[in-house]
Amino acid sequence: MFSGAVRSVIELDEVAYSYGGGELLTDISLRLAPGSFHFLTGPSGAGKTTFLKLCYGALVPTGGQARLFNRDVRSLSRDEVAYARRRIGVVHQDCQFLDHLSLAENISLPLAVTGQDKLAAQSNLKELMTWVGLSARAGALPPELSGGERQRAALARALILSPDVILADEPTGNVDWEMSQRLLQLLVELNKMGKTIMIATHDLSLIRAAKSHVQARVLRISGRKLQLAGADL
Amino acid sequence: MKVDLSIITSLLSVDAGADRVVPPTGFTARLTLFTAGAMAFLAVFALALSLASGRRRQLAGRACRISHLADLCPAAQMAAQTERALKILSETPGVSEARALDPDEQRALLEPWFGPDLPVESLPVPQLIEVRETGAGYDRDGLRLRLQAELPGAVLDDHTRWRKPLVQAAGRLKFLGWMAILLIFGAMGAMITLAANAALAANSQAVIQVLRLVGATDAYIARAFVRRFTLRAASGATIGMLVGLVAVLLLPSANAEANILTGLRFQGLHWLWPLLVPVLAAIVAFAATRWAALRVLEGLR
Ligand SMILES: Nc1ncnc2c1ncn2[C@@H]1O[C@H](COP(=O)(O)OP(=O)(O)OP(=O)(O)O)[C@@H](O)[C@H]1O
Ligand SMILES: [Mg+2]
Repeated sequence: MFSGAVRSVIELDEVAYSYGGGELLTDISLRLAPGSFHFLTGPSGAGKTTFLKLCYGALVPTGGQARLFNRDVRSLSRDEVAYARRRIGVVHQDCQFLDHLSLAENISLPLAVTGQDKLAAQSNLKELMTWVGLSARAGALPPELSGGERQRAALARALILSPDVILADEPTGNVDWEMSQRLLQLLVELNKMGKTIMIATHDLSLIRAAKSHVQARVLRISGRKLQLAGADL
Repeated sequence: MKVDLSIITSLLSVDAGADRVVPPTGFTARLTLFTAGAMAFLAVFALALSLASGRRRQLAGRACRISHLADLCPAAQMAAQTERALKILSETPGVSEARALDPDEQRALLEPWFGPDLPVESLPVPQLIEVRETGAGYDRDGLRLRLQAELPGAVLDDHTRWRKPLVQAAGRLKFLGWMAILLIFGAMGAMITLAANAALAANSQAVIQVLRLVGATDAYIARAFVRRFTLRAASGATIGMLVGLVAVLLLPSANAEANILTGLRFQGLHWLWPLLVPVLAAIVAFAATRWAALRVLEGLR
């Protein structure tokens, strides 16, 4: 199906997934080539979040094979899953923060977890927080933030380890048009730096806006399958 | 459980930030602190009991090898009679040493019954002779018969018989003390496991999910929890141990050896033993929390 470059960061081969009932996703094959830019759309409940979880090893396919960095997800040890996660920045749909830690601590959590040099990390953190417009909120606790602020923070956290791949689930769901354009611009810039990007979104206007900046492919989940969206977008 | 030295060193490292990722849980924190403190307090007493029983057993055991020969007769004949008794004893096979006690020693022996101001010299107190036997021992019935024939007033008072139950009781108390210590640490481990499980179950599923999402390994997550609980248990146990030590210090001292309830105070180097209590508590907490954490982690991807 969507065959691209020979080497790929994430590969799905005839993947099927079911939460226990009937199959939610069937016969899904996809190669995410390094440096590619994908949008993922589909109606609510179609399985976009599920699909992304298969892409970062949070779920194991119930059929077919998923490979992260050329390794079968099934054969990865728990530690190897953790190491793979450090190369994949994930913006979760409901953000997921540690509510007892400040925003700055939450954003730098991946650094703490990987035991990285504190000083270099600090300047990195400052720059990133300014970039997403949160430098004034560094000390705030996550429950005190607006939905849009949380999403920007989640994006900053996903970026702080400078991962190869960024998977973002509805990263612009709660922000106004201007902010969504800024976030998109950020992701486009990252893509130009060579990062592989996949954004799940309902927001077709966002996709249209992106098309003028970047060569993006649009995938759609519909009827349990993954399709290449038509040119109607 | 495999011993992972890197985990232990990181546990002792000064980087206090690592366990910040675990949300503070006021209730379980206080519970762990209190449990560890209470258990350490009890452990100090159990330890005191064990060590005191051990001492008593040694004391009684040693005394077991000493028999006293009481020699009651008019004062004038006392010296001659004592001389005679010593001669008989020196001829008895199995007796390694026989020695007449001096008045001070007699007073000390009688003190528990008559008080410290007993005028031994002016009272018709029998002359006591301390007899030590060899490992093989002497023939008690034979010696008794010979004394009956040659020194009718002499009494062979064999302490072995009445000291034996004392030695047994002390031994049993010592065993009970160690059992109590074992149970106390077992209970502490169980309670900390419960507390850790509760903490892990309550709000930590979400925490673990976030940590896994950003690439934390099981070891990192377990370490954060283990560090929390180990430090908590250790500090609780330290407080409990100190309070226990003060309580033991306030007990009557060991001079009145006759009573099993007194003399619980530690003696000499035994004072160092309670210092092991917080260390042991930390080890128990470490093992219990690590086990609980890894078990919970296994269920999450
Ligand atoms: N853990 C789970 N257990 C059982 N069913 C689940 C679970 N997670 C999701 N589902 C179901 O799977 C289906 C797809 O969910 P998913 O979150 O992937 O959809 P989505 O396309 O991301 O939707 P949305 O656009 O609303 O975010 C839904 O019907 C949902 O109820
Ligand atoms: Mg979703």
